[in-house]
Amino acid sequence: MALISAFDVLGPNMIGPSSSHTAGASSIAYLAWKMAGGNIKKVKFILYGSFAETYKGHGTDKALLGGILGFKTDDTRIRDSFAIAEERGVEFTFEINETETDIHPNTVDIFIETEEGRALDIRGESVGGGKCRIVRIDGVPVDFTGEYSAAIVVQKDMPGVIKHIASAVSDRDINIAFMRLFREGKHERAYTIVETDGTLPEDLKDAILENQYVEDVMIVQI
Amino acid sequence: MDFKKAVEMLALCDSKNLTISQVMKQRECHVFETTEEEIIARMEHAWQIMKDSSKEPTTKAMKSMGGLIGGEAKKLTDHRLDQKSILGDVVNKAIAYSMAVLEVNTSMGLIVASPTAGSAGVLPGVMLALQEEYDIPDDRIIDGLFNASAIGYLAMQNATIAGAVGGCQAEIGVAAAMAASAATELMGGTPLQCTYAASTVLMNMLGLICDPVLGLVEYPCQNRNASGAANALIAAEMALAGITQMIPLDEMLECMYNVGKRLPVEFRETAKGGCATTPTACALCKSKQ
Repeated sequence: MALISAFDVLGPNMIGPSSSHTAGASSIAYLAWKMAGGNIKKVKFILYGSFAETYKGHGTDKALLGGILGFKTDDTRIRDSFAIAEERGVEFTFEINETETDIHPNTVDIFIETEEGRALDIRGESVGGGKCRIVRIDGVPVDFTGEYSAAIVVQKDMPGVIKHIASAVSDRDINIAFMRLFREGKHERAYTIVETDGTLPEDLKDAILENQYVEDVMIVQI
Repeated sequence: MDFKKAVEMLALCDSKNLTISQVMKQRECHVFETTEEEIIARMEHAWQIMKDSSKEPTTKAMKSMGGLIGGEAKKLTDHRLDQKSILGDVVNKAIAYSMAVLEVNTSMGLIVASPTAGSAGVLPGVMLALQEEYDIPDDRIIDGLFNASAIGYLAMQNATIAGAVGGCQAEIGVAAAMAASAATELMGGTPLQCTYAASTVLMNMLGLICDPVLGLVEYPCQNRNASGAANALIAAEMALAGITQMIPLDEMLECMYNVGKRLPVEFRETAKGGCATTPTACALCKSKQ
């Protein structure tokens, strides 16, 4: 069990009404916004389970859209996220999936297109108390929480890539909290997720990109 | 310095002659490698949010998104201002403020989960009522919040604060136990008396189910925040009067957890039992579809 702080008891500071249906939802979308790393042009949300059943009364849709606009869970603009998205010219749609039930009850899929032309498909779960997990990126099962600063590396599964990533991180005197590899198959596309203590320096992304098998690096700064 | 059980917390208080809030602050600094200034600043920020969310609806009704609540805090406040309160100012304010926070919460306003969003009114309601009625300065209230967080931490560590796991007794019950302990410390009680107050609340709210109408954190949740605040004050009053409790806090937490786990799933936040399936609530479900 993770250590429990006074601020896990009295917190999060959040826009209501529900830590799992509102705060957790905005956290997932906020992480997705950080991962996309650019201005969002178009976004589609697919809501499952309890999200699909009760999203209106819990403001889950406003929270998700707020997160994708870069609002944190305690940002009062979440209430007006629909109007703000329209002002900013962000296209958004919501869909409900009530047929897929073999899934965490508070699950959302987020399909993002950025102004810069990046497309990203993320699945997140709201796991209670405002906490969340990202469990899939572009169809590949992963697992990270966004509680630590993280580098998400998209790579080809080849020898030496992990060593290169670990060196790039340790050369910058960053302590790795967790490092995990998720892959589609041998020598296929893989994701390395490095969660670290403290913040990540700006030059880390370019350093990791130097390896020929690394396709992309997403930096999520906490 | 760390503790995992109430008995260890009390031993630390005893051996160093500290209050529960002091022990909790030291634990926070030690375990999370931070400074007292930093954690106090964070708690002051939380307290400001708590105060704001307790106040606004007492003068201006806020309608919830689900449409089930709105305006209760103002009614209670007007009732008190008309000199008609049968509870007196402390309890009237505590319940009005605790209901106010739920109005803010359900209209997508800013609150502090304490320990959950659905139970976020209890602690601020009790703290703000005591502050106003007994002229308690903010820095003492911050101590009260650290005391409360120690009780909430013990519940998270050894039991649960999730309605889906343990029913409403785990949410409002724990919130009220936290508020009772904090109120006891603020009004001059000893650490042991704080735990008596917390034990008393858990006992008095034992078995309370979680049965939200339409599955929304509105009704009966808001009523139960008021009930939790009043329960907290009752328990603190008993402890401060010198009434002791034979069942220690660690045992009451375990007892609450055991009861919670044995509650049928219909009574754990699924909206499939209790108030949520009364004929009136069911009719409302159908009309909303």
